[in-house]
Amino acid sequence: MVDLSTSAGDLKLKNPTMLASGVLGETGELLSRVAKSGAGAVVTKSIGLEPREGHPNPTVIEFEFGLLNAVGLANPGIENFREELEIAKNGGVPVIGSIFGKNAGEFAELAAKMEEYGASAVELNLSCPHEEGLGQEIGAEPENVEHITKEVKGSVRIPVFPKLTPNVKDIVALADAASKGGADAVVAINSVKAMAISPETKMPILANKIGGLSGTAIRPIGVRCVYEIWREVSIPVIGVGGISSGMDALQYITAGASAVQIGSGVWISGPGIFSNVNKEIEEYLERNGHESLKEVIGAAHSC
Amino acid sequence: MLVRKIEKIVEESHHTKSFYFKGEFHANPGQFIMVWILGVDEIPMGLSKIGEVMGITVHRVGDATEKMHSFAEGDTIGIRGPYGRPFDIVGQKLLMVGGGTGIASLMPAVELAAEQNREVDVAIGALTREELLFAERAKEAGVNVELATDDGSEGYEGFVSDLAGDLLSKKGYDQILTCGPEAMMKKVIEHGKKHGIRTQVSLERFMRCGMGVCGSCAFDGLRVCKDGPVFDSEEVYDKGDFNRYRRDPAGIRIPLLQDI
Repeated sequence: MVDLSTSAGDLKLKNPTMLASGVLGETGELLSRVAKSGAGAVVTKSIGLEPREGHPNPTVIEFEFGLLNAVGLANPGIENFREELEIAKNGGVPVIGSIFGKNAGEFAELAAKMEEYGASAVELNLSCPHEEGLGQEIGAEPENVEHITKEVKGSVRIPVFPKLTPNVKDIVALADAASKGGADAVVAINSVKAMAISPETKMPILANKIGGLSGTAIRPIGVRCVYEIWREVSIPVIGVGGISSGMDALQYITAGASAVQIGSGVWISGPGIFSNVNKEIEEYLERNGHESLKEVIGAAHSC
Repeated sequence: MLVRKIEKIVEESHHTKSFYFKGEFHANPGQFIMVWILGVDEIPMGLSKIGEVMGITVHRVGDATEKMHSFAEGDTIGIRGPYGRPFDIVGQKLLMVGGGTGIASLMPAVELAAEQNREVDVAIGALTREELLFAERAKEAGVNVELATDDGSEGYEGFVSDLAGDLLSKKGYDQILTCGPEAMMKKVIEHGKKHGIRTQVSLERFMRCGMGVCGSCAFDGLRVCKDGPVFDSEEVYDKGDFNRYRRDPAGIRIPLLQDI
């Protein structure tokens, strides 16, 4: 039996797969179901201070190699989320609370609530690609990433994971800023800013016009980002973007990811994807004579 | 995203219209599509007609359906899908129970089962005679049609779930398919249980993606869009959300209103 356990900062994981934020993460029961279907941890939908209905539909559309979405940070608000998080914990794996805010103060307040509810870590959404005054509009600037991370670190004891946007010239500068702010790990990448148009109606399809691209199409971008971050920044990296198989996950892991997140892969394979990916990673490790996952984290940098 | 012109519009009652368009995709009874009402919204609609021509039947209940009702033949809609788990039509003797607009999602199952020479009784219920849908179409399919109205203006006077209970006491069936308000479907399930008959129900919740990723249509630990919309009664009857709660667009659990 090979050892699939890993860690991100002080967060210990029985296997390297996590549910990515934004997928099945708004309700406790679905988070718990994903946990029970094999994920090593689950990340909640991004939660803000107040309830938000998000954008009108269409908000999510599919195409050959992925999904395009502009849900608009719909969420029930932090006060309504206590019960959901408590139910999510019945899944028996760490629950990571994803949060978004307008400024460092909001992030710190939300993080403290997540810790109080029993979250094992918080993920900072500094990277949603399509919301005015939120997400990447804040998180594209390294000084904001550093400042917000530092404020959140000062308000909680649980690990803090800023999630970074790839829609910048240099994602390494963001990861470096997160590290300086005291982040326990960084998550890379959020979705890629993108658009789809229906020529027959001469209209953008998403009601918000612009959205975020996820799925297979963005995997090579995510792998490149993780590879670059690992080379320059010493804190752990959690890789995300277009993972639907064990070999996809291993691209991220050998690029330097200590753990990976799966979101759009649930669209392809359902909640069973976590146990499949873990099984494929296990088979790969056995086939290559490794005893533990840790032996291959960052292995692609040795050449 | 498929884009289709509306070929035909039929006014079914004072609040309900059917819209027909060229299909050119395969679908099974009980599945739904996401209908893009350009510039307004995108909403899940069960297919009320499956074939070369596909149809949806729209009860006017809000902004999106109001806009749909303003459409003329030749207007354009966008379509994604079909999505979801269909009805599993098994057995020789079937009881299908539709309440209000719910009968719309059952009609493809009625027609397919009739085509396959199964014995079908359809119980159709509505508040009044004017709101009864698809009784003629069901008769044309060659199945036995029973009607119920709450005000007694046509057929059995009372709830269609009670009419279904009467039919179950008189005749044997292999299974029941039902679609309508959850309070009605709950009673249908209970009548079925008394006779040891399995019921499949079709649920409805607010949706975004329609394909099982966003979680907006959460019903306890189930995704209505992907695990359903058709469920075996055993999967839903004991769930806390059944006939009690739904989620609003912010994801807050709120009481289910039975207004359709």
